[in-house]
Amino acid sequence: MSAAIRLFRRTRRNRAVSVSGGILVVIAVLAVVLPFVSQNNYLDTDFDHILKAPGFVGMHWFGTDDLGRDLFVRTMMGIHVTLLVAIVASIVSLVIGVFYGALAGYIGGRVDAVMMRFVDALYAMPFIFFVILLMVVFERNFLLIFVAIGAINWLDMARIVRGQTLSLREREFVEAARLNGVSTARIILRHIAPNLIGVVIVYVTLTIPQAILVESFLSFLGLGIQEPQTSLGALVNAGVNQMESAPWMLLIPGGLLALILMCFNFLGDGLRDLFDARQHG
Amino acid sequence: MSLLNVCQLSIRYGNVAAVDELSFAIDRGESVGLVGESGSGKTQTALALLGLLPATAAISGSIKFDGEEFVGASERAFDKLRATRVSIVFQDPMQALNPYLRIGEQLRRILIAHNIATGREADGRVLETLKAVGLPDARRQSGAYPHQLSGGMRQRAMIASALITNPDLLIADEPTTALDVTVQAQILELLDTIRQDTALLLITHDLGVIAGHCDRMLVLENGCLVESGATPQVFGTPKCAHTVSLLEAAPRLKQNVAPQPVSGEALLSVDGASVSYREPGYGRLHAVKGVDLTLKKGETVAIVGESGSGKSSLVRALLGLVPAEAGALSFCGETLSREVRSRPQQTRRELQLIFQDPAGSLNPQMRVSDIVVEPLTVHEPSLDRRDRRERVIGILEQVDLGAEFLERFPHELSGGQAQRVAIARALIVEPKVLVCDEAVAALDGTVREQILRLLQDIQRRTGLSILFISHDLGVVSSISHRVLVMYLGRLVEIADGGTVFNAPKHPYTRALIDAVPLPDPEAGIARSSLSGEVPSILSPPTGCAFHPRCDFAETRCTTDLPAPTVIGATTVCCHRATEIDLQL
Repeated sequence: MSAAIRLFRRTRRNRAVSVSGGILVVIAVLAVVLPFVSQNNYLDTDFDHILKAPGFVGMHWFGTDDLGRDLFVRTMMGIHVTLLVAIVASIVSLVIGVFYGALAGYIGGRVDAVMMRFVDALYAMPFIFFVILLMVVFERNFLLIFVAIGAINWLDMARIVRGQTLSLREREFVEAARLNGVSTARIILRHIAPNLIGVVIVYVTLTIPQAILVESFLSFLGLGIQEPQTSLGALVNAGVNQMESAPWMLLIPGGLLALILMCFNFLGDGLRDLFDARQHG
Repeated sequence: MSLLNVCQLSIRYGNVAAVDELSFAIDRGESVGLVGESGSGKTQTALALLGLLPATAAISGSIKFDGEEFVGASERAFDKLRATRVSIVFQDPMQALNPYLRIGEQLRRILIAHNIATGREADGRVLETLKAVGLPDARRQSGAYPHQLSGGMRQRAMIASALITNPDLLIADEPTTALDVTVQAQILELLDTIRQDTALLLITHDLGVIAGHCDRMLVLENGCLVESGATPQVFGTPKCAHTVSLLEAAPRLKQNVAPQPVSGEALLSVDGASVSYREPGYGRLHAVKGVDLTLKKGETVAIVGESGSGKSSLVRALLGLVPAEAGALSFCGETLSREVRSRPQQTRRELQLIFQDPAGSLNPQMRVSDIVVEPLTVHEPSLDRRDRRERVIGILEQVDLGAEFLERFPHELSGGQAQRVAIARALIVEPKVLVCDEAVAALDGTVREQILRLLQDIQRRTGLSILFISHDLGVVSSISHRVLVMYLGRLVEIADGGTVFNAPKHPYTRALIDAVPLPDPEAGIARSSLSGEVPSILSPPTGCAFHPRCDFAETRCTTDLPAPTVIGATTVCCHRATEIDLQL
């Protein structure tokens, strides 16, 4: 039985992973497909139906906003953008953070000290200042949001991974590998990294909601997604302003955002168990 | 009437019975030993007596303490009993003591929580108890945090916290397993003297511990009581086969099959090895100072000493895991680099290591097959998958593990199986030297015997040389050709096995021999002729480092470092080696 099949079987047995992962996949697919089904698009203003409640009038299934734009299509687009930002930003922070932290922790000594002081220096830089700086240099760019969020989050990740690595490299199985002349890269890959997975996955699932929130904060400041494009965070922001007159503008994207965040949290817990050899027989 | 009456006690977890219909009684002031291997239900029994079993445990039968029924008693009733009448001493005092509270404060809180004493009275009682358990300078030590005390002192503080309420029954769960043999003897002696009219239930896997210290003993196997009786009687005429096998596995100082001395060229040797570490705030810590060592082909050399004697640092320097500060290393007649990284691949292959903690030395995320094959992928990268698999299965067979273990993870192995996997990983590349760092210290008696026999077998078949580190002379006595005794980083005595055990020349060696708890009630209690503990290596005593603990010390011992002298077959570092008679 190959490792992939084994992993698939365990995934199916793990309810947290299969249910929350399933919901996320369904949401993502619907967010891409459904806008084509709707007769509306995210841009057009329907002057006959401004602040319309959800229903079938004009096929505005989720209602319209204060400019008469169709909320259903806009929400789907928001999910699309939000998931993309969250996942890409998390992957950026995961890759940089794990590699940087594991290297600093494993080599240790002076290299570790210099690498971690660099992280401290980056911590000291105000985040918004950093983003504005990037905007000035590269001009407005959708990609920039990923870079900005990832560049902040990898700092925490690097610290956590370094701490874990410091204790792991003293473990006897690492010493046994060192004694046989196993290369540093292989030790990090085979002995350190697999034992980091539990912590890293839990931390990534914490960064995803964080990235979503930072993205909506940036959008609010006008530094993130630009109108008329939108994200779930930007939709919730707009919804807050119309909370009393049009509660659906807040409740629908807000509810979906909550569902997505919850799924990511369950997915993280489940994945941690899935990757921990001690959890399966 | 008995103080404690346990009747048909069963503890079940689902379908598994941890303890099965166990019945025994303890009288006031009596000391009873509860012996068994890990998983035999000893600790479960202790926890049941204290009402500390997890909620998932189903308990039936009856535990009557002084007429009161424990089984089914409320938490509140237990609180009252635990407060004043039953106490426990755990195995690892570092885990059992609160690291954030000073020792004195922890004890004081016990008194206050149970309304036994407050204020000045409590302070007085705390000091009194700490003095009684032999904490030197009790007033100052009561202000120390647990990590500032040595292992032995911590266990004394733990015993003080158990005895401060003056209980009727003291349960000691493996109280000395985490300690050095010499300290173990002191703690056992303390338990004997201090408890007065307190009854003692001593739980251990080591029959030697029971022999000198318990009136009666109970032997458990898989949760069932298989034998009970007066200690001398059980030791003299054991009725049950399990007791017999436990007795056989217990360490003895007799060499059953005296290993033949090995002649020939030195395979691995080091001259004047020194190892030091940088200790912030102290300068350098000298863990090993000028030790010479040679190892011949097919020979087993044991390195013995208490913790802090530098034995692990010495072998780590040999292996290149810690760079030696000074000393000429050589292997097969060639100079050996001090760093494992700069050694040739072939040399790295010839020197292998196994560790104390079998579970910790295996990567928990890797399967047995991947763990064992790893050295092979480094040293023989040309092998294809099928050949590798064959080699792995072959080596697993050599350590008595079948192919069904290939796909297992370390957590699915018992301690003995995990240690066999570690041995397989070390031996798969057919090394010339195997270093065992306390390799059997964490194992049960019978499993320890099996592993030692396995190592001897492999040595006979392949001519493997073994460096065996242990703090326990009892363990090494049956397998070592030569024994090297270390104290505070220096060589104390080196001789062939038989000579060391029959005619030790150094008082420290003699003290180590005395400290071995023998499974023989006739031999009396292992005398703790060694008082105190190993001094801090950061500020070692002047002259002969052993002089503060030595009964034979003179003025010159406090000032002059003794040079190694050869007396017969022994090399010993003692000013008075020729004058004093340490014959057993």
